[in-house]
Amino acid sequence: MTSTKINNKLTQLFATKKKGLLNIYFTAGYPQLEDTRTILKALQDGGADMVEIGIPFSDPLADGPIIQESNDAALHNGITLKKIIQQLQGMRDEIHIPVLLMGYINSALQYGVEKLVSDLSELGVDGMILPDLPVDEYKEKYQDLFEASNLSMVFLVTPQTSAERMKYIDQASSGFIYVVSTASTTGNEAKDLAGQKEYFERIHQAKFNNPTMIGFNIKDHASYTEACQYANGAIIGSAFIKMLGNSHLLEKDIKEFVSFVKQ
Amino acid sequence: MSIHEEKKDILGQSYIYMNYQVDKKGFYGNFGGAYIPEMLVPNVEELRNRYLSIIQEESFQTEMDQLLRDYVGRPTPLYLAKRLSEKYNTTIYLKREDLCHTGAHKVNNTIGQILLARRLGKTRIIAETGAGQHGVATATVCALMGMECIVYMGAVDMERQKPNVERMKMLGATVRPANSGSKTLKDATNEAIRDWINNPVDTHYIIGSVVGPHPYPDLVARFQSIISEEMREQLIDKTGSPNPNYVIACVGGGSNAAGAFYHYLNEKSVNLIAVEAAGQGVYSGHSAATTFLGKPGVIHGSKTLLMQTEDGQITEPYSISAGLDYPGIGPMHANLFETGRAKFYSVTDGEAFNAAMLLSRMEGIIPALESAHAIAVLENIPVKKDDVVVINLSGRGDKDLMTYITRKDEFTK
Ligand SMILES: Cc1ncc(COP(=O)(O)O)c(C=O)c1O
Repeated sequence: MTSTKINNKLTQLFATKKKGLLNIYFTAGYPQLEDTRTILKALQDGGADMVEIGIPFSDPLADGPIIQESNDAALHNGITLKKIIQQLQGMRDEIHIPVLLMGYINSALQYGVEKLVSDLSELGVDGMILPDLPVDEYKEKYQDLFEASNLSMVFLVTPQTSAERMKYIDQASSGFIYVVSTASTTGNEAKDLAGQKEYFERIHQAKFNNPTMIGFNIKDHASYTEACQYANGAIIGSAFIKMLGNSHLLEKDIKEFVSFVKQ
Repeated sequence: MSIHEEKKDILGQSYIYMNYQVDKKGFYGNFGGAYIPEMLVPNVEELRNRYLSIIQEESFQTEMDQLLRDYVGRPTPLYLAKRLSEKYNTTIYLKREDLCHTGAHKVNNTIGQILLARRLGKTRIIAETGAGQHGVATATVCALMGMECIVYMGAVDMERQKPNVERMKMLGATVRPANSGSKTLKDATNEAIRDWINNPVDTHYIIGSVVGPHPYPDLVARFQSIISEEMREQLIDKTGSPNPNYVIACVGGGSNAAGAFYHYLNEKSVNLIAVEAAGQGVYSGHSAATTFLGKPGVIHGSKTLLMQTEDGQITEPYSISAGLDYPGIGPMHANLFETGRAKFYSVTDGEAFNAAMLLSRMEGIIPALESAHAIAVLENIPVKKDDVVVINLSGRGDKDLMTYITRKDEFTK
């Protein structure tokens, strides 16, 4: 399988730790333009197992209001993908946990996919999540490039994804499978994990080659613990962003947030 | 690239056939595809797998034809605009889509999609709207079929197209304001897509133009192709030939243009003219002229030309006409632009406004502001005396009356 070709901090983490992994998403350049590195470091110090850094986009189709607003605020602060790359220069001197970049395909296309892959690999970034990049197109155009650069590509599955397509997605993915908890945009408070047992069991039984992480609408200790029963870990986004938006002492609040979730 | 398709003629010799239609992977040349998050894949795939066989079913076609005839009022007239022809010293016909039920071409598509949605077993309909014409056309067919209807509309557009908001409500639809971004068509489309992500099982999204992920651009173009199908027959009747020298249409997303061009795409003698909104001027910073200002990128699930920053952020378009106020164009048009098959022009707010006044005074027809852009371009096209020119008059001006009243002094010289 493709995933065995890649050896980076992400694959190394899953090789050694198989349960209760906490992955936190945050938007680059938010709440303030230069907070990106501060947040990254505080998350590591607080005990997050990995992070996803969001590339702000003007039209984030899969995101609910909280992440939309953080994107708008970050863009207003002046963030660009170029700036994110600059902010991450030298991060491997202090950051030892896996780091992924998550965003929309248009940002990557305008930056230039080849240049982006080469810049990310130089920074020591471990992978990307581009929810609107078709799996077919990745396989056709980019998979070789990503693998040659030791970059993982994470694809999503949802409750509506057929068993056959799940297999196909598993084959194309490297790093982990992003298991979207419910049919939902991010941070939809009307939806929760209740009633998703059957779906999570189905994922569990599917025996993917890749590890699995459950995300979307995971927001606290209870939902994190529940998700971890069915997967290698869980991903928190909107709840963390919401906390950042209200925080006056970023480092302290971030560490508290992580230890509250992990308890 | 797949626009050049090798074909065999009847003697078995191969020749190159320019194909402007969508290919098997959902592309028009370099543009199109389905760039969507996984949450949308099952719905879009179901649509892709089933749309062609459903719309080719006899029962579908019978029902569609009947509704287009008895409910929409098709065929729409092809009207020889005598006084306008005299002014421009040529022969000008207007394809009267403004006479469709609900006042614009948009209903051709919503009739088709509601019949499709029913055959897919969907019970809830969502749509986006800019000028409100597509929202009204969707609310109308939902009333007709007794289906739940939710229309997303930018908060700014709700303000400038108030009568259409009231019409949608009267027809039983729920109108939800899109408060994100620029609060116009692009944001309404984002909200509709998010709704679909959150309601993947019972809902069909009736998209209003030849935009969005494959198969939408092809689906909508097919439903709008009735426009050029009728044109051909009507032209034979009136001129002896199905082919005019020019077909002119305005382009927001590009659905009325797609319908007007459809049966002429491979007819090289027919000049296809697409007219974009220049707003306050193409380079004024307040424009929606996508082919002039855009670069290839991905918007609303499709790779096409769009207005964006160097960083790939989609920029806010501007036009006096809400229906043209969109930062992209359908992938079919991006390909027609790139291959040179269609020529793209742009028309400013003021030029469109004055063309609306002109058409009202000379022909007794008050056009929609969108359609007025297509009239205005007559000033820039080198038409000859013997030419036959068809302008697709996509909609009527009732919805724009407030703009025509309040901005008259600003634009009339
Ligand atoms: C009358 C009229 N013409 C044209 C348009 C532009 O759309 P399209 O380019 O898809 O025809 C609209 C959109 O609202 C409209 O209402």
